[in-house]
Amino acid sequence: MMLRAGLTIMTQLRSLVPGAALTLLFAGAAVLSLFWTPYEITSLDIANKIKTPTLAHPLGTDHFGRDILSMIMVGARTSIAVALVAVGIGMGVGVPLGLAAAAREGSLLDEVIMRGNDLVFAFPSLLIAIMITAVFGASAVNAIIAIGIFNIPVFARLTRSGALSLWTQDYVLAARVAGKGAARISAEHILPNVTNLLIVQGTIQFSLGILAEAGLSYVGLGAQPPTPSWGRMLADSQTMISLAPHMAIFPGMAILLTVLGLNLMGDGLRDLLDPRLRRTGR
Amino acid sequence: MTLLQIDRLSMEVGGLPILHNVSLGVDAGRILGVIGESGSGKSMTALSVMQLLPDGARCSGRISLAGQEVLTLSEPALCKMRGRDVGMVFQEPMTALNPLQTIGAQVAETILIHERVTRAEALRRAAEALRRAELPQDRFPMSRYPHELSGGQRQRVVIAMAIALRPRLLIADEPTTALDVTTQAEILKLLKRLVVEDGMACMLISHDLAVVADMADDIVIMRSGEVVETGPVDRLLSHMRHPYSKALLAASSHVPDRAAQPREASLLSVRGVVRDYAIPRSGFWGRVGTFRAVNDVSFDIRRGESLGLVGESGCGKSTLTRAILGLEEVQAGTIKLNGQPVFTGHRPNRDVRRHMQVVFQDPYGSFNPRHRVDRLISEPFHLLDDPPQGAARADAIAQALESVGLSADDGRKFIHEFSGGQRQRIAIARALIIRPELIILDEAVSALDVQVRAQILDLLADLGDRLGLTYLFISHDLSVVRSITDRVLVMQAGRIVEHGVTQEVFDVPRHAYTQQLVAAAPRLTVEPERTNDDDARA
Repeated sequence: MMLRAGLTIMTQLRSLVPGAALTLLFAGAAVLSLFWTPYEITSLDIANKIKTPTLAHPLGTDHFGRDILSMIMVGARTSIAVALVAVGIGMGVGVPLGLAAAAREGSLLDEVIMRGNDLVFAFPSLLIAIMITAVFGASAVNAIIAIGIFNIPVFARLTRSGALSLWTQDYVLAARVAGKGAARISAEHILPNVTNLLIVQGTIQFSLGILAEAGLSYVGLGAQPPTPSWGRMLADSQTMISLAPHMAIFPGMAILLTVLGLNLMGDGLRDLLDPRLRRTGR
Repeated sequence: MTLLQIDRLSMEVGGLPILHNVSLGVDAGRILGVIGESGSGKSMTALSVMQLLPDGARCSGRISLAGQEVLTLSEPALCKMRGRDVGMVFQEPMTALNPLQTIGAQVAETILIHERVTRAEALRRAAEALRRAELPQDRFPMSRYPHELSGGQRQRVVIAMAIALRPRLLIADEPTTALDVTTQAEILKLLKRLVVEDGMACMLISHDLAVVADMADDIVIMRSGEVVETGPVDRLLSHMRHPYSKALLAASSHVPDRAAQPREASLLSVRGVVRDYAIPRSGFWGRVGTFRAVNDVSFDIRRGESLGLVGESGCGKSTLTRAILGLEEVQAGTIKLNGQPVFTGHRPNRDVRRHMQVVFQDPYGSFNPRHRVDRLISEPFHLLDDPPQGAARADAIAQALESVGLSADDGRKFIHEFSGGQRQRIAIARALIIRPELIILDEAVSALDVQVRAQILDLLADLGDRLGLTYLFISHDLSVVRSITDRVLVMQAGRIVEHGVTQEVFDVPRHAYTQQLVAAAPRLTVEPERTNDDDARA
């Protein structure tokens, strides 16, 4: 038991620390870009276009001579904002739906919610995103909505399945004996015990959201120029990949490391948030 | 020659000592009962014979099995030994079988692993093993899946797997703990027969002294990784030397002191209660059927009384509990507490509910792991229209904790910081906090070790006397019901088949089912003049 606890703490730190470090690095870059970037991202410097990394431009410049480091910093802001709001939409709508479905398992409400989820799941997410942006115009806001809608069924299903197993617990029965209603039990006993699942899934959806935003921007349906976005930086560099590989490598690395960092952090957080593993100092 | 001889076996896992100088031996054709409370190292001793220990475990000492030194064997040699020389039966037949494989395939697998035989031959022998475990082919074909069998039948499949290769040693780790009392009696009889037929040695691990006393030839009593006392059953039971063994024996047959005499006034009255469940339609066009879990049940609980409700799993006792607590509406009949119905107009009646509380079986699942104890036990305050606030609330919490033998400081702790017995005390504190009149104890002591169980029973008896509580004591364990209840109801298939004064019902059972239950319950009889089983067999 002691041994296992020791091992768990080691593993959770092993994934939490590098995961949090990577995530903080990009989040920090995004925040910093609000106040300061090495260069203005709108300033074109054609004389210095497609430069490999130098001291003046640590990550080089693109085909308009813009500083790639500055663009990645501002791009982090776009990616994180889009993914964060999209996860927020997914959780904010999906979790209550899942809790309600579980609280009234087998009822008409449950059926309506879950079949509605299936309906959303049945559409390929990228196609719907394209449809939404086609109808309402390509913009970061529409990308957020498109990605957010597809997060709803993920969280609803996860919450429902987690909640269903919790509803069979004796402490829920004890709460019912204490006269508490379904809404109150969901808030007091079910939700706190599914947060582990939600946090892990949240970080995964967050990283998927970053990928989705990059994907939408890549096909030109995400944030519009001049707002930099990692996906469009990749798309722009595509034709010059043999000439200037650094233009593709650095935004690509940014996507990879952010997604990796978020996944590692999710794993670590799950272990850390479990009170059974919290050291009590007895 | 002793088949299994363990000499001065010590074992530690990652520096934490688990076993210390354990020595024991079993002869072929004999049953060794290993008794101890949870954490006493009884299962670890058995697992070290198979060398199926947790990572980081280190053994020292000697384990000799039929002339082989187990501790010096290589992993491939151990793999050959497991299953062939040593068979094992586990506690939980639900998880010991693969739900995706037929029972025949699972029994045949053991044979195929160890012997170079054709699949057909292995299946033929699997059928033979199943037949010996009393699952004949005409009634239980090998194409059955585990979910098509009852708990007892599954345990027979596990036994068939263990004995398929006629091992020399059979380890049974709490083989009947998860089973009903009548099933338990059958499984124990089967194990005993197989041991005699095959001349196997058997290690029967149990927390239940009564089970082991009925079955075993010799007994080893363990506590915190050490052997406390050992010897032949009759001598050991009649001449216990070690204080721990004595305490264990005393706890097993403990009868708490109770003073309160039930008054004549009825507190809870249950009249003609029927509870139906809808069962899924059979096939697409089939009709939605109903299953009658509780069928025309009527009884009264008198104020200050302790009423027992016994029955095997699936008899409807939990459903009845839920109905009494007002968690589910009944299809017919009335349930009244103090003359007021539990349900009024399809809604549970709060005024009635605040007069009853419940304690569940599982001390681990009964509490939200994310709340502190003070919040957990004050949950029933929700039933009050004007719950105490601030200092009054803290006082009530402290008082409830102190009345169950805990301290007020424990309120700031999380539930995982407590042992099973302490958790059950907290569960009782939660039930007491709104000062109910009726407390329903749903298998409340079944998951506890005997000594802890005795303490909890004492606590309940004491609280009952002091606070004038009325108990509905639901259990499958007849000895516990006998020790703490005034009257008892026997429930079978949704009906009350017998009721009366506890002592009379258990001493002179009238209904056939009660007779069966009473006969199946293992009984701890300590009589010096008991004849020696070995002499009789020789």
